[in-house]
Amino acid sequence: MKRAVSLRVNGREEQLQIEDADTLLEVLRDRLRLWSVREGCGVGACGTCTVLLDGRPASSCLLLAARVEGRQIVTVEGLSQDSTLDPIQQAFVEQRAPQCGYCTPGFILSVKALLDENPKPTDEEVREYLAGNLCRCGGYPDIMRSVRAAHELRNRD
Amino acid sequence: MSTHSVVGKSVYRRDATQKVTGQILHVGNIEMPGMLHVAVLRSPYPHARITRIEKSRAEALEGVAAVLTGADIAAMPGVDPYFGPAFCDQPILAIDRVLHVGDLVVAVAAEELRQAEDALQLVDVDYEPLPTVFDVREAAQPGAPLVHEELRPAGAFADLAHVKAGQKSNVCYHFKLRKGNVQNAFEEADRIFEDTFSSPPAQHMPMEPHVTLVYMDENEKINVWTATQTPSFVRTQLASTFGISMNRIRVRVPYLGGGYGSKLYAKLEPLVTLLALTTRRPVRYSLTREEEFQTITKHGVVVKIKTAVKDGLISARHCEVYFDTGAYAEIGPRIVHKSGYTSAGPYRIPNVWIDAYCVYTNKPPAGAFRGFGVPQVIWAYDSQMDTIARALGVDSVEFRMRHALDEGEPFATGTQVRSFGLKESIRQAAQAIEWSKTRPPKSGTRLRGKGIAAGVKAVLTPSISGAIIIMNADGSVNVLSSTVEMGQGSETMMAQIVAEELGISFDQVRIVQPDTDITPYDTITAGSRSTYHMGNAVRMAAGKIKTELFSAVAAKLEVNTEDLIARDGRISVRGTEEKGMTIGQAFLAKFGSLGTTITGEAICQPTAAPMDPETGQSEKCTEYWFPSASAAEVEVDTETGQVSIVKFLSVGDVGTAINPKHCEQQLLGSAITHLSLTFFEEMIFEEGQLLNGSLLDYQIASMKDLPETFEPIVVEEPHESGPFGAKGVGETGTLTVSAAIANAVEDAIGVRIRDLPITPEKILRGLTEKGQVAPKGK
Repeated sequence: MKRAVSLRVNGREEQLQIEDADTLLEVLRDRLRLWSVREGCGVGACGTCTVLLDGRPASSCLLLAARVEGRQIVTVEGLSQDSTLDPIQQAFVEQRAPQCGYCTPGFILSVKALLDENPKPTDEEVREYLAGNLCRCGGYPDIMRSVRAAHELRNRD
Repeated sequence: MSTHSVVGKSVYRRDATQKVTGQILHVGNIEMPGMLHVAVLRSPYPHARITRIEKSRAEALEGVAAVLTGADIAAMPGVDPYFGPAFCDQPILAIDRVLHVGDLVVAVAAEELRQAEDALQLVDVDYEPLPTVFDVREAAQPGAPLVHEELRPAGAFADLAHVKAGQKSNVCYHFKLRKGNVQNAFEEADRIFEDTFSSPPAQHMPMEPHVTLVYMDENEKINVWTATQTPSFVRTQLASTFGISMNRIRVRVPYLGGGYGSKLYAKLEPLVTLLALTTRRPVRYSLTREEEFQTITKHGVVVKIKTAVKDGLISARHCEVYFDTGAYAEIGPRIVHKSGYTSAGPYRIPNVWIDAYCVYTNKPPAGAFRGFGVPQVIWAYDSQMDTIARALGVDSVEFRMRHALDEGEPFATGTQVRSFGLKESIRQAAQAIEWSKTRPPKSGTRLRGKGIAAGVKAVLTPSISGAIIIMNADGSVNVLSSTVEMGQGSETMMAQIVAEELGISFDQVRIVQPDTDITPYDTITAGSRSTYHMGNAVRMAAGKIKTELFSAVAAKLEVNTEDLIARDGRISVRGTEEKGMTIGQAFLAKFGSLGTTITGEAICQPTAAPMDPETGQSEKCTEYWFPSASAAEVEVDTETGQVSIVKFLSVGDVGTAINPKHCEQQLLGSAITHLSLTFFEEMIFEEGQLLNGSLLDYQIASMKDLPETFEPIVVEEPHESGPFGAKGVGETGTLTVSAAIANAVEDAIGVRIRDLPITPEKILRGLTEKGQVAPKGK
């Protein structure tokens, strides 16, 4: 059974016909072509499908799209809309955090949520907050540095 | 100081911006009009005969375009239903029998993925269970239930020419090395040490699962977009499977979301191609994570290692190595060969006897995994090096240094080692962990210890990398190479080497991604071989272009080509750099016309001397070696069995670092994966059923598991024929991690762990056996 929903994605209202069983991940990828959101495990354990839901990180593979009507959904595509990188993205580039880069968008969104919540986290807090995002290339040390660098960049102005 | 302008500099990878914006191209982002999606019914049995498949209800379901079985494929004229890189032993879909839980039985292609999944519910399959074998050593025994009745070598790779057809055994390949007189040495030994070490099957876990898209174009060409580390091999495999010419198959590979060996050789491509041919529609198959667990694993390995010591020196070593390759050989024979011959270690041992077996069992197939079997054998030999030193009362670093091969000495295979920074790696590891510093006395329940391990891997030889470079009249170049960028930074490496050779800027080099219609053959993106092989190929190809430019400039300026240099986009006379011209002017001098191109092509193809099949001896078994050392300081909580890593150093000899930052990332990244394997990872099977086949049940290291201090140390022993002296680095950091940790654990609490992973349960059990903690409860 298809139903009409309106999703607020990256600041835009998207009118969609979706199935009740469609996950947010499926809708973002297959319908809205937001390729930064990726399935890694399908059980909410790897963080590659992370989106921000009202500013908080969430695994889009575990969310039914029909249940998030009216919530603010942000993907990495929403961070750099006028082709200027967000300071967190900038920090990830400068600290060379991406290797294969598959996990990178999920990490960036989690870092954004972290820094919005806690602008100056300790290393321990960073590790704790980002433990739900996995990187198999083993880029964690560079990602750690990116968080510190992003904090610096955000406070520069 | 380096005189190079871009080689040796930590330039930024060019794909970083696309990666942080999420816009980088992966196969999963590619869609074709009318594209079908695939779901596959998999075997619930580890070994069974298929007695009936009823699929008509599935075929009738709305949206379903094709429902295929192995029997359908076997009946198709001109299609070889079996494939594989070493043996043609893997059916595209199971024929008659299933050989492991998760074996592919019925494939459905439908308009929507959900329709394909629904269709699978309507397929009925009857099975008749057959005898099973799961334990690798039992499977190797005569009389064990046979996984395969007969074997057919694939004949795809020169280095696998030694795999043979036949034998009624689960041992599909047996590697032998015989050196000296082992029996005598054991008879005359002062001490003999005998241990068995094991490491379990595990997952590669690239964050991007396998995905393949195939469509036919208007010229009847088969177009394949696939997440593979071997585009050239995939094309060869498909040509052979479907009996069509290679130029009718086009394999393209965009960026990979990680590979680590899981995406080598053919995986989904034969099936998806078949579905595309059957339906005449584009077809895409993306594996779920659960399917990944059933598709390919790291080899579980058991090593029996027996060592003789005479007068304080190792006089002989006997290794029996069992690789569990699962239900299909995959690349197991190559792994058993390449790691088998290193399993006595990079040490001076006069008498060596090695038997390494590649053994079928009724488990998912095992294949290449970052390190290619070598971490599993180092786990054995460099754990044992520590226990021997401890028993002899010798410092274990000193004991390793006493035995470590020096430049030019023969390895166990008889091959002289060259560019062999082993001792330097051990020395730097020991220094960084402050090995010689006096340890504080142990007290309390949190005990610290230090450990070091060393080891070496040799690069796959022979293998081939071809490259074509096209230079444009503005000095910019396109590099055509089949090396796959999967996060390791190969595009950056190639661009640095080409820019250096041609004296142009890094930004003027563009890499054309693997596309078998235009990029030449490359054996494999794996095994720490691309920097050396493809690096040499692109450097030589660039050199040919430079030669042409120099000829044109020499003729115009009336100078000798030997006096010319290429630098800063100009060709000029050495010493009087104002005399010269830009590359654009050189093109005009040569062609008298704009928009022209110069093409250079080169192949890097190191050769090996074939090993004697009975003794494993070879004058040259490899093109180069990459030694590694790890140093760890751990703290063990004797109440909980938890181990925390205070400090970890990942040390590797890279030859010359083309991009030092990327070398460091490789050393640390591969160390993290192996720390994860050391502490957490194990695919747990019960009667062939995987008990932890999801990321909820199978843990890998997260940010919380980082060592407190975690540093890379790049050792540079330039290789005489490497590009600018470079070797490889992708696996170096994997090699010695587990043994270094186990050695540190023993140093801390006196407990020796011989079976990976090192879990709190095993630590507590060890402490209990030592009588250091009282067993809890009854």
